[in-house]
Amino acid sequence: MELINVINLSKNYGSDGVVTPVLHDLSFKIKQGEFVAIMGPSGSGKSTLMHILSFLDRPTNGSYKFDGRDTEDFDDDYLAQLRNERIGFVFQSFNLLPRTTVLDNVKLPLIYSKKKNHDQLAKQALAAVGLSHRLSYYTNQISGGEKQRVAIARALVCDPAVIFADEPTGNLDSKSGNTVMHILQRLNEEGRTIILVTHESDTANHAQRIIRIKDGRLVEDEKVKHRTIAQTDKELTK
Amino acid sequence: MNFSSTIKLVIKNLRARKGRSLLTILGIVIGVAGVIVIIALGAGAQSLILGQVTKLGADLLSIQPGKSNEKGPPAQMFGIVITTLTNGDAAALRDGSLPYAKAVNANVRGTATVTWGNRTIDTNFVGTDSYYPQVVSLTMQAGDFFDAQQDQGNANVVVLGSTVADGLFGGTGVNPLGQVIKVRNAANTEAGGIPLRVIGVTAPLGTSFFQDQDDQILLPLTIGQQQLLGIRHLQAINIKVAGDAYIDLTINDIKNVLDQRHRIKTEDDVDYTIRNVATAVDMLSTITDALRLFLTAMAAISLIVGGIGILNIMLATVGERTREIGLRKAVGATNGTIRRQFLIEAGLLTGLGGIAGIILGIIAAYLTSLLMQYLGYDWAFVISFSSICLAVGVSVLTGIIFGLYPAFKAARLDPIDALRYE
Repeated sequence: MELINVINLSKNYGSDGVVTPVLHDLSFKIKQGEFVAIMGPSGSGKSTLMHILSFLDRPTNGSYKFDGRDTEDFDDDYLAQLRNERIGFVFQSFNLLPRTTVLDNVKLPLIYSKKKNHDQLAKQALAAVGLSHRLSYYTNQISGGEKQRVAIARALVCDPAVIFADEPTGNLDSKSGNTVMHILQRLNEEGRTIILVTHESDTANHAQRIIRIKDGRLVEDEKVKHRTIAQTDKELTK
Repeated sequence: MNFSSTIKLVIKNLRARKGRSLLTILGIVIGVAGVIVIIALGAGAQSLILGQVTKLGADLLSIQPGKSNEKGPPAQMFGIVITTLTNGDAAALRDGSLPYAKAVNANVRGTATVTWGNRTIDTNFVGTDSYYPQVVSLTMQAGDFFDAQQDQGNANVVVLGSTVADGLFGGTGVNPLGQVIKVRNAANTEAGGIPLRVIGVTAPLGTSFFQDQDDQILLPLTIGQQQLLGIRHLQAINIKVAGDAYIDLTINDIKNVLDQRHRIKTEDDVDYTIRNVATAVDMLSTITDALRLFLTAMAAISLIVGGIGILNIMLATVGERTREIGLRKAVGATNGTIRRQFLIEAGLLTGLGGIAGIILGIIAAYLTSLLMQYLGYDWAFVISFSSICLAVGVSVLTGIIFGLYPAFKAARLDPIDALRYE
């Protein structure tokens, strides 16, 4: 069963007069449980594609079916609900709330959901990224790698179908980056669909499959031949 | 996301930036405190003024010579001497023609120089008759007021106000009663005067209309008219009516008597004015009400200024929290949720400011009333429930109105742009 089915999708920016095409006629499918990297240089349109796939933006033309349903007719509030329930985000710059504890950051998506037991769910998510000992720390008191793990916990907390990771290792040193990739691979092994957006082939090689984009066009869509498996991090087993 | 969790979230946000939240609500605090204080002071001043007027009694009528507009000042104020009101008028009114009048009292007034031994003071005198104590609620500290016999017989007697008694006899240990003082018109610079025997001292009345009611002497009417002022007419006839209900009837009766005596045929010929305390109270209430309304409007304007402060800070906050708004939208907040969050934040800020303002305003109004009471005024500490409702209502409303634009701005942010915002 395809989770994501993109057919002839295009995106243009600018409405009146000057129209800048960003994505041209993309078609691909992503199955439930896949680990896919969307790769391309900056300006290639990979971020725009991720925004459309994660319901932050809408395509200009073509269709996007999510979980078998056409997303064209969904209204803004329903898209917000989908983002809350079915999608988790991990950003390059973490986007944690300042002056807020780790636990409260992870609870953030829960306050917009119908779920109960917020504390328990947030603690489970933090345990999954090995941060149970940082619950009451403020986000300015933890390291970059830990921040990104908090962000992953936040992405996980609503039990989403897909996690979108936009350059998740971009602001991290290689050791922390390895930890983050290890967590993403483990989450994927547990059955979660991961879509990784990156311009680095080293990072992209952690995925099972790479969709290459250049100038808004799909130039290559193939399996990773020599997949990188991130090493188990001692820190996570603490 | 439900209402109570939004409130919790907003409170958490506000607590995270306490200093700024405090500064934000300062304008509202001052505005609300201003409204409370001004309304309280207005009510206090109104009760003071009206209290002094009604002290005279709402059942009091006063006839003054000369026609005058109901709302204008009496002709005497311009130095015009009108001689149309006479002792005969007073006698005629007393002569059973006013069935509901309890007492009719004729008056002349002037300034006098009073001498006892080597002490001389300037004071006011009232030439009046024995009905005076009935009309003006007067109590005696010592001795008696002059009776009808002494009054009509031109007895050489005088009743002193307590201030005058103090001024002449204070510290000498001499009992004023039975002493003879000399009284002359203050305009008369020659020494001497009419010798009058002190037969009474009035109990202190206090200050009314910022004038010392005890700085006066009371003497028989004819002495005042003929020997001090050299006139034959009256300056006022005061009438105590049996009750509020008879005021209009009595006014009619007075008109009948005076119109006949003065041979008045048309409204234009009327040469006297009847005033009553109830009209004066109405007039004063109108003035003080207008004053209060004006002051309240001024205070309300300061609330609007406070609201603009909120608008500014909220806009700055939205700008500052752009990334946060983007993130919230990415993890599932709808436009409506974001809008509500910012609206509640503005409403809560101003609501808190309103409460702080009420407390501050009540304290300030209370201190003022203490000060006024200390200064000797009969000042009431009045905090009306409606003023509190007004202040809180207006402050929350300004918060919401001035919070609307920032809230809509926050809700409209594109999450993609907001997440990228540096």
